[in-house]
Amino acid sequence: MYRTDMYEGWLAETVMMTGANGDVINAYLARPLGKGPFPAMVLAHHMPGWDQWYRETTLKFAHHGYITISPNLYFRSGHGAPEDVAAKVRADNGIPDDQAVGDLAGAMKYMCDLPYSNGKVGIFGTCSGGRHSYLAACRVPGFDAIVDCWGGRVVMTPDQLTKNFPVSPLDYTKDLSCPILGLFGNDDSSPTPEQVNQHEAELRKYDKTYEFHRYDGAGHGFFYYHVPAYRQAQAVDGWQKVFAFLEKYLQG
Amino acid sequence: MCTMIVEKVKVDGSGKGTSGWFKLEQANISYDHPFNAPLEHALNIDFVNESQGLGARVAVELSEQAARDLVRTILAVLDQAEKGGHLESQH
Repeated sequence: MYRTDMYEGWLAETVMMTGANGDVINAYLARPLGKGPFPAMVLAHHMPGWDQWYRETTLKFAHHGYITISPNLYFRSGHGAPEDVAAKVRADNGIPDDQAVGDLAGAMKYMCDLPYSNGKVGIFGTCSGGRHSYLAACRVPGFDAIVDCWGGRVVMTPDQLTKNFPVSPLDYTKDLSCPILGLFGNDDSSPTPEQVNQHEAELRKYDKTYEFHRYDGAGHGFFYYHVPAYRQAQAVDGWQKVFAFLEKYLQG
Repeated sequence: MCTMIVEKVKVDGSGKGTSGWFKLEQANISYDHPFNAPLEHALNIDFVNESQGLGARVAVELSEQAARDLVRTILAVLDQAEKGGHLESQH
């Protein structure tokens, strides 16, 4: 709990880290000052790219006491304005799932190696980042908690599978190795409420620890304060649930 | 990438981007999240020339209705030009 007579400080900077296939990519790292030990978070950015919202959200998690890293999952697609890079990725049918998972695994290792880490690492993502987070939490041992915010295409039909997306994330559910918090808008078209139901049923089938919250009056991206999709009451409640969940599984 | 609906087409012409005019090579057309239009999904057209870098891009993000109206209008204008014998291909 913050008190007005407390000292606070953070450090945020661009760092280089090792991602999929040993590739060196850049990432945004923010951490509270001090010896720690602090819990860590890996952020998987959304389809619109490694953009301002994700950089600001990296700072937000650090503000709440987490060493936080947001790897540039579009690093290999070139550099320029985040929107221009994301537009190229969009035209190229996204990035390969294996590559994203490898980059997120590298980010987790980077965090675990920091001397001021408490050894616990969570992962958070929205939109395609929610999907990538789920894939990573299922396929990479070592995450202690996952927050999936409206991850689209976690439930995929066979005709949606491609070279970049060869397996529906839902099919990895049995391998999920940590508790999951899911936040969804009932007006979303990706994922639809029915797809969220399917996801929940799969988690229940494998006896996973999960918390799903579904919000009326909200669609896709209701945390995004820079677009009309923002829903103030739902976003405030959602963030409270995010930090309560992470405190439960990553602190101490 | 929430819909992954995208098509590419080679185009011939010029576009004016943030650094001025450049030769267009391709149009990438998607129905997915826009960057700026106040819509969950939009018909996005990126006119690009990747050989000149990722910034060589002219972007438009249209509502479904706007996109359909635009397509109809383009075809109507081309029909008028054809009837008047103005098309480059008619010369």
